[in-house]
Amino acid sequence: MASVSMEQGLILAGVLFALGLIGVLVRRNIIFILMSIEIMLNASGLAFVVAGSHQGAADGQVMFIFILTMAAAEVAVGLALVLQLYHRFKTLDVDAASRMRG
Amino acid sequence: MLELLWLIPILPFISFLVLVLIGSRLSRAGVATIGVGAIGISAVVSLLVGFSFMSSPPPGNAFSQTLWKWMEIGKFEPGITFHLDALSLLMILVVTVIGFLIHLYSTEYMIDEDGYSRFFAYMNLFIGSMLTLVLADNLILLYLGWEGVGLCSYLLIGFWYKDPANGLAARKAFTITRVGDTAMALGLFLLFANLGTLNLHGDGGILALAKSQWMEGSGLAVAAAALLLGGALGKSGQLPLQTWLPDAMAGPTPVSALIHAATMVTAGVYLIARTYVLFELAPSVQFAVALIGTITLFVAGCSALTQRDMKRVLAYSTISQIGYMFLALGVGAWSAAMFHFMTHAFFKALLFLGAGVVILALNHERDIFNMGGLWRELPVTSKTFVVGAAALAGFPFITAGFYSKDLILWKIWSAHQPWLYVVALGGALLTAIYSFRLVFIAFFGEMKSHVVKKPGALMKIPLTILAALAIIGGFFELPHAWGNWQPFSKFMESAFPLTAPVEHDGHSKVAAELTLQGIAIVVSIVGIALAYLFFLHNRASAEGIARSSLGSVVHRFWFAGWGFDWLYDKLFVQPVVWAARINKNDFIDFIYRLFAGIIKIFHVILCLTQTGRVRWYAVGIAFGAVVIVAIVVLS
Repeated sequence: MASVSMEQGLILAGVLFALGLIGVLVRRNIIFILMSIEIMLNASGLAFVVAGSHQGAADGQVMFIFILTMAAAEVAVGLALVLQLYHRFKTLDVDAASRMRG
Repeated sequence: MLELLWLIPILPFISFLVLVLIGSRLSRAGVATIGVGAIGISAVVSLLVGFSFMSSPPPGNAFSQTLWKWMEIGKFEPGITFHLDALSLLMILVVTVIGFLIHLYSTEYMIDEDGYSRFFAYMNLFIGSMLTLVLADNLILLYLGWEGVGLCSYLLIGFWYKDPANGLAARKAFTITRVGDTAMALGLFLLFANLGTLNLHGDGGILALAKSQWMEGSGLAVAAAALLLGGALGKSGQLPLQTWLPDAMAGPTPVSALIHAATMVTAGVYLIARTYVLFELAPSVQFAVALIGTITLFVAGCSALTQRDMKRVLAYSTISQIGYMFLALGVGAWSAAMFHFMTHAFFKALLFLGAGVVILALNHERDIFNMGGLWRELPVTSKTFVVGAAALAGFPFITAGFYSKDLILWKIWSAHQPWLYVVALGGALLTAIYSFRLVFIAFFGEMKSHVVKKPGALMKIPLTILAALAIIGGFFELPHAWGNWQPFSKFMESAFPLTAPVEHDGHSKVAAELTLQGIAIVVSIVGIALAYLFFLHNRASAEGIARSSLGSVVHRFWFAGWGFDWLYDKLFVQPVVWAARINKNDFIDFIYRLFAGIIKIFHVILCLTQTGRVRWYAVGIAFGAVVIVAIVVLS
């Protein structure tokens, strides 16, 4: 099995993070925004795992477990917000909820 | 007894404070008791101090009392020190006694007015300031009193502040006297810079120092005397700063009597008399004093002849009479000037108070041509008014004005100033005409208005006392030719050097004096007779003269006070207003507004980023993070 070098792993993580960030910035649908945030979280998790395997330590994977739990909690809160948003505005467009400007 | 001196100026100040703090809660009787009582006690103390001063004169004929040291800045340490000598004693006696009579009169005069306690508070503050002025031992304390009386003058001219015209008159008085005060302040700076002190008396005082250090006619002495003269001109309403005084008649009549006739306007006379040493060192300035006084007395006398407003006649006559005092000061007749100050205070206060009764009786009518025939309706007022007018006109032998004016005329003649003498004599003729014009038009002839209010006892008593003073006041100084009884001059000698008597041959001197007195008597009688002819016997002839083509021009010119108001309006007021209009958008402000504008542009630009869209903020954060990382990595 061809081993993956650390540089390649980190580049993949960076690309993923950038994709997630772009998603957060350009999408208006809140579901997609939440998904993009998940991608960013997982990109950082990937960076941890790559760095941990490079050092031959388990710390990176331990950190990924933490991120996973936190992401689960975040999704729970996020989806609750999505439901509220939909109830109130009958749409998933976040710009509809920008009444509190400034 | 002399140790009580400090009480005299302090009492009015205390009364002022009481009236200001709790005056509005007191009844009118309470206000009157405090306001008049304080001045009354002050007058009694003045009389006691004066009696003690005269019966057992203190060493050096002067008494000083230091209350505390005002401030200490390097070598400059003026004290709150009162100095009593013959000159200041005369001043405090006149200020407190006449002030008391006018306060007493005011209790009735002002009874129907709003602001009763305010009125008495201002009046007391005025008396306190005036006493500080005349008792001050150093020029800085004198200046404090000087500004204090200026402030009170402003407050009282504008007493009926609801009419904007009164406020305008008050501002005019304040602004014009400010011109003189600025000159005086510069004079004080000059004296301090060159002599290192502002104390007046003693070996280290400016009078002694100036005498020992400055040459006669030196530039410094001339500058100092001229600057002090500027202050005196403003305060005393002399040419060219006289225009405020006729307008000051907008205030209540007792104010006109107290401030703008009897006391404050003579502060300039007092200042010159007090610093006479400086004026002796600057003969050119001293001659200017005489010249200004002469021109003023003539100019104001002509204007008084044409006025319709009773109080304006008296105002112009005040300017004219103070002109006589300046003339006397200018020829070095110090005690003659102070003698005329005293008699003038008596009869001018009397005339103003009489005018106040008339104005109140006719429901605030001030035009003399709407008066007439008051002789029967207001007997006491009319009689006392005639006494006052006779004193003003210098009616021979019995009135005080005759003796004081005659003394001044005699001194002018002795000083070899025949031209000034002729003009002064012409002024005396004018005085006799306009004072009796007032009497004949207002009190005789047919009645034109009904009397709605008769004066009570509180108004008649001061009138009677002042009328008595206007007669006996003259007997303190009889001419050399008859009696040669001159206690006033003898008393004043302790404060002034005896004016060098012009030595004539004894016999011809008496003859000359008698001749001059004869002329003065004739002038006075002729003036009164002319007034009778033109204004009572055949009024149509006077009106005919006033209506002829030349007469009407002159009449209008004199009525407007020789056009000084017009001239100053063109010379000073309009250019300032014009400049103010041009520079309405202040040029200097433009620079600052430019900075403000630039900052505002940035503000608008930054405001555009504040959209409320979170994702734009996120873009900003991400972009910023990338830039920072790039800087860290690449550098």
